[in-house]
Amino acid sequence: MNFGFDDQQELLRQEIRKLLEERCPMEEVRRIAGSESGHAPELWKQLGELGWLGLALPEEHGGAGLGWVDLAVVFEEAGRVLLPAPLVSTILAGAAIVDAGSDEQCRARLPALADGSRIGTLALFDAADQPIPSGVTLRAEADGQGFRLTGEKPYVADAGVADLFVVAFRSGKKAQEVGLALVDGEADGVSVETRAGIDATRRQGTLRLDGVRIAADALLGAPGDAWPAISRAFDRGAAAVTAEMIGAAEAMLEMTVQYAKDRIQFGSPIGRYQGVKHPLAEAFVDIECMKSLLYYTAWALEESPDEVSFSVSKAKGLASEAFTQIGISGIQLHGAIGYTEASDVHLYLRRSKWARTAFGDEVFHYDRVASLGGL
Amino acid sequence: MDFNFEPEEEAFRQEVRAFIDANLPPAKMRQDPKSIAAWNAKLAEQRWIGFSWPRQEGGGGGTLVQQFILKEEMANAKAPPLGSDFMGLAWVGPALIRHGSEEQKRRFLPELLAGKSLWCTGYSEPDIGSDLASLQTRADREGDEYVVNGQKIWTTLAHLASWIFMMVRTTAESESRYGGITCLLIPMDSAGIEVQPIPSLMGVHSFNQVFFENVRVPVANRLGAEGEGWKVVMGALANERSGISEATGMERHLEDLKELARRSTRGGRPATSDSAVRQEIGRYEARISAMRLNGIRNLSKQLQGQPPSTETSVNKYLRGALEIPMSNLAMSLLGSESQESGKWQIQSLAFHGVVIGGGTPNIQRNIIGERILGLPKD
Repeated sequence: MNFGFDDQQELLRQEIRKLLEERCPMEEVRRIAGSESGHAPELWKQLGELGWLGLALPEEHGGAGLGWVDLAVVFEEAGRVLLPAPLVSTILAGAAIVDAGSDEQCRARLPALADGSRIGTLALFDAADQPIPSGVTLRAEADGQGFRLTGEKPYVADAGVADLFVVAFRSGKKAQEVGLALVDGEADGVSVETRAGIDATRRQGTLRLDGVRIAADALLGAPGDAWPAISRAFDRGAAAVTAEMIGAAEAMLEMTVQYAKDRIQFGSPIGRYQGVKHPLAEAFVDIECMKSLLYYTAWALEESPDEVSFSVSKAKGLASEAFTQIGISGIQLHGAIGYTEASDVHLYLRRSKWARTAFGDEVFHYDRVASLGGL
Repeated sequence: MDFNFEPEEEAFRQEVRAFIDANLPPAKMRQDPKSIAAWNAKLAEQRWIGFSWPRQEGGGGGTLVQQFILKEEMANAKAPPLGSDFMGLAWVGPALIRHGSEEQKRRFLPELLAGKSLWCTGYSEPDIGSDLASLQTRADREGDEYVVNGQKIWTTLAHLASWIFMMVRTTAESESRYGGITCLLIPMDSAGIEVQPIPSLMGVHSFNQVFFENVRVPVANRLGAEGEGWKVVMGALANERSGISEATGMERHLEDLKELARRSTRGGRPATSDSAVRQEIGRYEARISAMRLNGIRNLSKQLQGQPPSTETSVNKYLRGALEIPMSNLAMSLLGSESQESGKWQIQSLAFHGVVIGGGTPNIQRNIIGERILGLPKD
């Protein structure tokens, strides 16, 4: 038994941290986040060359054949620097294809996601707060062996830069009659509208589909029977975002602890006072809990699939609640300087607010924990 | 990352389960002193009392993983604690093993493991609580004896204990704050010791004031060198600290709370469909699972050869932060029934004491802030 990372994974963490410190310091994050696309193609290319994008994809399809524990390391480190890249989206799209796609689809689609030449993303629910079967409403009309999709997916992560969408649609009236399809960005009838969001390092937009033709070979699994695959994709999304939240929360805590050591008031560093020390201690406790729950989830994603939903809901519920509080404390303990544009703390505050609702907030997940725990 | 156990570890788990099936008294007998004594005698035969201690000291020599499995199986079976002398087993024994002379070990350990002695602990004093190093009870050397004068307070079980594990001051605080503290092992029937009960808010007699007036203690009863008492006491707990046992107790509270929610109603509807109840229970479930996993992560760090760390404060703090709100939710589910006696009424009061024992939540937050985050001491 070993509930920890192995030497390889620790090494991976060091490599990633070193590269991101060099390649993606906060000035660079601000520059990318402030650009029109919010995307840095050279940085993205480098992530592909380093093998991070294909880390958990099968080796025969251009990946490294590793798993979710390794991905947890990557996402934590990405979250730590607020990496402005469609990393989570692309990895989630790849994982959905591995999960629900045929060998042929894997062969055709995964290598381009692994090397970064295509950017993927999930477009699952039609309303942000309804990750349930009835939350999939996008209309599909039968068309030969395939379908035609018409409608909108409103809050699609990285929609502006993605060129491969994993789209959930409604194939019948019964709650669970939903399907999952691959939609290329260049296909006829596909358009995207991007909007500014609360966190400039996390772009999203509306995916519009106007009679977009889905051929039989673009369907992931049987149409009408995709709910389990959609639910698993949602769980993986919650896990990935939680891992990013851990890294970001930890960075915010470190910044605030450093400030509490440096800032002198009433003749002492403010970190001496319990009114400052105690919220920081609570943040540490919460981050430890987030880590334990997320690492277990990452393990379960590989080794114990039946436990994933329960485990990830505990992790994301706690992370949504706790990171929100860490954001509040982080700004407050910095005082007015934390409320300035120049301070980096607010970038982490923004991330906490973005991440709280991404793939379900604590209200959704705690309720799900209650259900899965037997209430 | 690997949550699987080795075959010999699984075999040990089966052994523990078989033992529990064969020997655990039925639920209604688990408060009965005779049944408990018989249970403890069987545990002692297995060397599962003091299981973490080395075999040459009379312990079980259990590996960290075996200790984890034993505790987990016992908790799942709702078995009584392993051995009845909690303080003796948790810190007096480990301190004796680390710092005791061969003669002291021979004298104290077999009795302790057999449950023939009962230890209480003399740390707190009337003016000294969380700031333990300021203690004032004095021990003055006279030939081969120390003469102890002073007062201890909140001394749990002092009225029943045969021995007290004491911190005393052998050098004035002004000369050496930490280095002036010495650890003494004193028989409770010594001349000059007087025990006065302090009824708790529960109306129960569990803790006491203990007065020491010219109590003569042989130097042979000193544990560790003079002035090393702080080290002896602080190192004593380091043996089996992963915080897992904090979590197993909480898992039981959660099961009981869910059970209560399933048979309660709110506004005429099942409490389990009330979203406030569901949110709270979901929140507790997430945190209690995290506690268990925190414990296993700490255990894993120890298995990798890292020393047990102050991270156990995390689970201690969480326990303090969760137990009282959980009992409050239970009281709320019970409504007016909660005014009358019952398990949750007792716990909703008792938890206030549990939270204070071993350091209040504020003290845990200080420990985390100072020792882990490196913030300046207050």
